[in-house]
Amino acid sequence: MNNIHLITRRSFIRNLGLASGGLIIACTVPSNSSKDKQKLRAFNGSTFEPNLFIQLKDNGALILVASRSEMGNGVRTSLTSVIADEMEADWTMVTVKQAPGDAKYMDQNTDGSRSVRTLFEPMRKMGATAKAMLIAAAAKKWDVDASTLTAKNHYIINPVTKDKLFYGDLVADAATMPVPENPPLKDPKDFNFIGSDLKSVDGKGFASGKPKYGMDIKLEGMKYVAIARCPVTFGTFTSYNKEEAIRVRGVEQVIEIPKINRPFGALGGVAVVATNTWAAIQGRDALKVEWDNGANESYSTDEYTKMIVDNVHKKGKEVQNIGNVNRAFTNADQVVESTFVMPHLVHAPMEVPNATADVRSDGTCEVWAPTQDPQTARTEVATFLGVDLAKVTINVTFLGGGFGRKSKPDFIIEAVAASKAINAPAQVVWTREDDIRHSYYHAVSAQYMKGALDKDGNVTGWLHRVAYPSITSTFAPDTGYAAGFEFGMGMTNQPYLLENILCENAKAPAHVRIGWYRSVINIIQGFSINVFVDELAVKAKKDPLEFRLNLLGPDRIVESPDGYNFDSAKLKHVLTTAAKNAGYGKPLPEGHAIGLAMHYSFLSYVASAVEVSVNNGKLKVHKITSVIDCGTAVNTSTIEAQMQGAAIFGMSLTMYGKITTKDGVIEQSNYHDYQVVRMNETPEIDVEIIKSTAKPTGVGEPGVPPIAPAIINGIFHATGKRYHSLPLKDHGLV
Amino acid sequence: MATLTINGKKHTIEADSSMPLLWAIRDIVGLTGTKFGCGKGLCGACSVLLDGVSVRSCLTPVSAAEGKIIVTIEGVENENKVLQEVWDELNVAQCGYCQSGQIISATALLASNANPSSEDIDTAMSGNICRCGTYPRIKSAILKTAELNQNSK
Repeated sequence: MNNIHLITRRSFIRNLGLASGGLIIACTVPSNSSKDKQKLRAFNGSTFEPNLFIQLKDNGALILVASRSEMGNGVRTSLTSVIADEMEADWTMVTVKQAPGDAKYMDQNTDGSRSVRTLFEPMRKMGATAKAMLIAAAAKKWDVDASTLTAKNHYIINPVTKDKLFYGDLVADAATMPVPENPPLKDPKDFNFIGSDLKSVDGKGFASGKPKYGMDIKLEGMKYVAIARCPVTFGTFTSYNKEEAIRVRGVEQVIEIPKINRPFGALGGVAVVATNTWAAIQGRDALKVEWDNGANESYSTDEYTKMIVDNVHKKGKEVQNIGNVNRAFTNADQVVESTFVMPHLVHAPMEVPNATADVRSDGTCEVWAPTQDPQTARTEVATFLGVDLAKVTINVTFLGGGFGRKSKPDFIIEAVAASKAINAPAQVVWTREDDIRHSYYHAVSAQYMKGALDKDGNVTGWLHRVAYPSITSTFAPDTGYAAGFEFGMGMTNQPYLLENILCENAKAPAHVRIGWYRSVINIIQGFSINVFVDELAVKAKKDPLEFRLNLLGPDRIVESPDGYNFDSAKLKHVLTTAAKNAGYGKPLPEGHAIGLAMHYSFLSYVASAVEVSVNNGKLKVHKITSVIDCGTAVNTSTIEAQMQGAAIFGMSLTMYGKITTKDGVIEQSNYHDYQVVRMNETPEIDVEIIKSTAKPTGVGEPGVPPIAPAIINGIFHATGKRYHSLPLKDHGLV
Repeated sequence: MATLTINGKKHTIEADSSMPLLWAIRDIVGLTGTKFGCGKGLCGACSVLLDGVSVRSCLTPVSAAEGKIIVTIEGVENENKVLQEVWDELNVAQCGYCQSGQIISATALLASNANPSSEDIDTAMSGNICRCGTYPRIKSAILKTAELNQNSK
């Protein structure tokens, strides 16, 4: 499947910024899209463009290239550890080089919890190839059969003579060995790093402030830029007065940033250019700008929410219709109905959007930015400047959190526009207020669910109707309806074995930019389904755990064309394990209860059991117990961290998360009115990773969706009160 | 003109006395380990030690820091190197961005309370937001550092 090559062409080496020399192995990883497959078929010897690299130098230094962005996902460690494991490398000899944005790395978009999933097999093969070549070189040197030799911790060993050769000393000879077609892969039981708590390659740096994030880039002659953007999405300025802005010490000039249209443009505005960030922000705040707010001025989330709630109570567009739900409801012993409402959310990563650009007189442009998607950034920048892609370099810095926000290059285009306007390197910095008010928001939603129960408490009918502005509104004309991939995040692929299902979509046009947010629509649809099933269990007078297990039905496999089949037994297993680990069913302190939820997303199975109590009307989350089956666990320390982080992220949106608009203007501005969970609210979080040898699946996002419904279910079982809308702050619970 | 003593080194800078220390440290002195998070003293990403106390440099004007001892993340190794080592060993960081501020606050805590309880840690650390949710490991790292320091006495 992969073309693995020995690299001799110096251009590849130069492009990567690697020092030449040593053993360099490269391979091409096909992506899943048919477009890329066609491109691959067109490759020949002269146009071969590899996208993964190993460089082993004669001092033993092993340089591995990370093609995905590091934003807390641990990807620089997990991806490269896979190569190092197959290669039997000494982990302390590994350094990681961050790839710039270039199509030759195939899809670099770090989203969808799929970096490890996509690159696991090719990276193993790369490592195995390098090891086989080192073994071949040693075999030649010792004049023995290669099959008698083994590799361990950066040495090739002859088990008979006990001789050993250091990898660095074999580099020159290994580079002359033929590249093996199908080098043997390790038996998973022999993995050194895969499946272990491997330390981050960046851990020392993180603990000493060394890694460079976007704002840490300092260029000769660089100016700092802060932009006044229209408070209403897609509004534009009509006039401005810069007098007071110019008076701020350090402010040099005021420029106009054009509005650059969809899909991934920039909002445009009036920008203050200064010698330091503080002056730029002060100057920006001193600008007097008149805005034409445009069509979204009428957007008030209170009214809008009422409208989409109305819409989900009317017949919608059918997206899935199995059996006959109407007959099921007619024949039902009991009918249960619920309406769920969730607000817009914003990512609020600790590092605000920012980018540094240098548009040069020779027509080239170099960018340094915390981006999840450097290739889209590159394309958008090239289009904006009207230059060839080759003229644009996108350097990927560390990301101070992404959560989907930094998939969009709007802030990068702003920096490019500013640099072009002032003819000098420009760093555009957003304030926290800018970040909260000008984001790509997680969709506001309304959902209606209706279930039919027979006299034995079996679920005989299931209606799920959703309304939320679609992510597709960001890049295509907004029809007011959502897309299939959005329904597939928890609604049309719900896990229960049901005979009569009707899923519908009601209208919800977008009035702000809608974007990806950690776990995306799984948060919305995972919430309603998990709470609703709990309600059904109560109505059926069944234990919520037993009820769910029964509703899942006999173990079954649902085949998927991508080869990642849904296995209901795995979902059952994470649920029963979470319940067991949490002590579900055992006596709890007075007033405590455990709420359950489970969700299949990003091809991983997650269940959470959350122990809560409500005292004097205030919620306390005592303990979160989460279990994930993500196939082969590559780095268990990272997976545990991601699950802990997902639990806290999920708690934040359950307790506090809410973005509202009035007359089109976002009402929140900073962490005081867009609160997130802090250490004093953090419960004990217990994580179990199911042991598996299946292909690795998603880790970054799947931990989020079960948290909110598990908390809601816990509150019900502790107090008898059922909440159908978030956040809980609105209900006075926090 | 202002003179700042950062990590034992004197820096004479040209800055308005009202400029927040954060921007003086980052944009003028050029030490970028101290991070901008909110600009309102709400998140703690910009924390530095001022005469041993963890303060929010985004709200501290340069004039308030003159004549005081400023320690940024780049100088923590002289204050509590063990803490940094434990931080690395326990893989505390995820994206890493808030960690400078977290380590500064943890350094101040351990300097004033060598053996903090879980509640003491909650109190001292709740001004520092981590959007990745590294709180459980931050707490473990502080407890472990305290334990190592106790044992070495």
